[in-house]
Amino acid sequence: MTELAGGKAVLAPARPRPAFLRPLERTLRRLPLHLTVWVVMAIWLIPTLGLIVNSFRSVADMGNAGWWTSLFPPAGLTLESYEQVLNTEGVANGFLNSLLITVPATVIQVTIASMAAYAFAWMRFPGRDFFFIVIVGLLVVPIQMTLVPVLRVFAATGLAGTFLAVWLAHTGYGLPFQVYLLRNAMGGLPREVFESAEIDGANHVSKFWQIAVPMSVPAIASLVIFVFLGVWNDLLVALTYMGSSPNRPLTVVVTQLVTSFGGGWQFLTAAAVLQMSLPLVVFLALQRYFVRGITSGSVKG
Amino acid sequence: MDDRILTAVAAVVGVPIVLAGYLILSERLLGALSAPVQQRLRPYVWVVPAVSFATVFMVLPTLNTVVLSFMDRKSEAFVGFDNYVFFFTNPDTLGALKNSLLWLVFFTGFVVIGGLLIAVIFDRIRYESLAKTAVFLPLPISAVAASIIWKFMFEYQPPGTVQTGTLNASIGTLGFDPIPWLINSTTNNPALIFVGIWTATGFAMVIISASLKAISGELLEAARMDGANELQLLLLITTPLLYPTLTVVATTMVITALKVFDIPYVLTSGAYDTDVIARQLFSQIADAGHYGRASAVGVVMLIAIIPLLVLNIRRFRAQEEIR
Repeated sequence: MTELAGGKAVLAPARPRPAFLRPLERTLRRLPLHLTVWVVMAIWLIPTLGLIVNSFRSVADMGNAGWWTSLFPPAGLTLESYEQVLNTEGVANGFLNSLLITVPATVIQVTIASMAAYAFAWMRFPGRDFFFIVIVGLLVVPIQMTLVPVLRVFAATGLAGTFLAVWLAHTGYGLPFQVYLLRNAMGGLPREVFESAEIDGANHVSKFWQIAVPMSVPAIASLVIFVFLGVWNDLLVALTYMGSSPNRPLTVVVTQLVTSFGGGWQFLTAAAVLQMSLPLVVFLALQRYFVRGITSGSVKG
Repeated sequence: MDDRILTAVAAVVGVPIVLAGYLILSERLLGALSAPVQQRLRPYVWVVPAVSFATVFMVLPTLNTVVLSFMDRKSEAFVGFDNYVFFFTNPDTLGALKNSLLWLVFFTGFVVIGGLLIAVIFDRIRYESLAKTAVFLPLPISAVAASIIWKFMFEYQPPGTVQTGTLNASIGTLGFDPIPWLINSTTNNPALIFVGIWTATGFAMVIISASLKAISGELLEAARMDGANELQLLLLITTPLLYPTLTVVATTMVITALKVFDIPYVLTSGAYDTDVIARQLFSQIADAGHYGRASAVGVVMLIAIIPLLVLNIRRFRAQEEIR
């Protein structure tokens, strides 16, 4: 930036420029900044754009020319890949399974977490700090530490491959973060509100249901989005506890297809687009909550 | 209707009802007791579901894994440190360990520094939120989909044929030969790590940007008046002020780097010397069926994370004192 300022000094004519040139000059001076921004945006947008464009091209076209050729006529767009993918064993079913795994897992986690978060924020009891420190510690424990024992329990009880197994597992793995986040949100609510409710004779159930939950709606909303996306996008938990079960979610189906096709995997672009369509819609519609969830989860908010 | 749908609907509706019933019923039971006993027991009613989930799915399995790591393939006999000896002598696991260290250093470094630079640069433009959305976009995309996205970027055809991969076509127009990015041993690990960076930088950027907005503009203006240039501002004022945030982001990224599984699993299945420890662990379970060795890999991951665990708890305690 300093170099540019120096260069401008050399090029600048001696007499004052007419006023109409000043915005132009400012734009030119800021051009390197804008170029950097555009390059960064391109690096982050082009890969996804390429995949989406390719998913609407025929497999033959994908092999003959890059996706960018379809940006100019003749584009030759087609839904072939989508037809093929939806007729491929397990894909349509996998999409449904993903929904049937994600929605209950999210509901179970967030309800259990909000109860515990309320108690950690607004009740005093022996062991409270100890339990909470354990929860903070569990935030960083890799779930890989738990795969073998939990898989064995699931296998022994016949739960492996069922929805119940992954609902329970996701709940167990997700709770530490959610209790942590919601406890911070609920703990930040004004004490006076709870005290005046208490004077009016409210018990904990009504304080939780009529004060803590409604006042934490923004935090709960961002948490729900966060958990929903986390479970929807999960590969490891489902792959370990479901393997090749007909109940496996779309991430597992797509992964197994990609790793088993040596060549000719290109039509799976459509499967990838299907897999990411729901998260992208959720994200674009609720970006503000999503961002708030991330910033409050990592930075004390 | 499909049984699975019924089960899922039952869970969505049933679980909150059961929990509400549980709370109401326990209130009834507590009502029969004296007031001090009530006060003593009530909190546990509220935390028991969450604490038991955490115990059953995280605490007990973690302890169990430590024990299993000293046992044989099917956990029938103790074998001492055999599984650890295997981990630290076998070329495959050592290779995976080396690659995980590469992830740890380069993934974390580039995400934190990249996130910081992008946040600072985007802070100066009017279309900031649009630009941020672009970098943020990969965040809701699963690692599986991101890997397929990048499979097309890295696509390789032999020299002389049409390059359909974005990267090889681009370097082709500049006159270079195509590179088999995911096979070539000097490019494949950087390529995989870059996919990780691409997915995670938006996360770092958003958090850093939020803290950046809190830095007083007057402070920066004063430094500018004193003749500091933009680089000095970044290195001597902005970065030190953002230090606590950068530590939080770096901690998160170190954990992400150690746990990385999906990207190598989908893009290379760990072949061509791109394996990482989390995929090794999975492969010991799913391919080799050796629970002892899988558990030993888990314990190595846990030990690597213990410093962060201590750091996290300390930071939490410090925050609590401010509260």
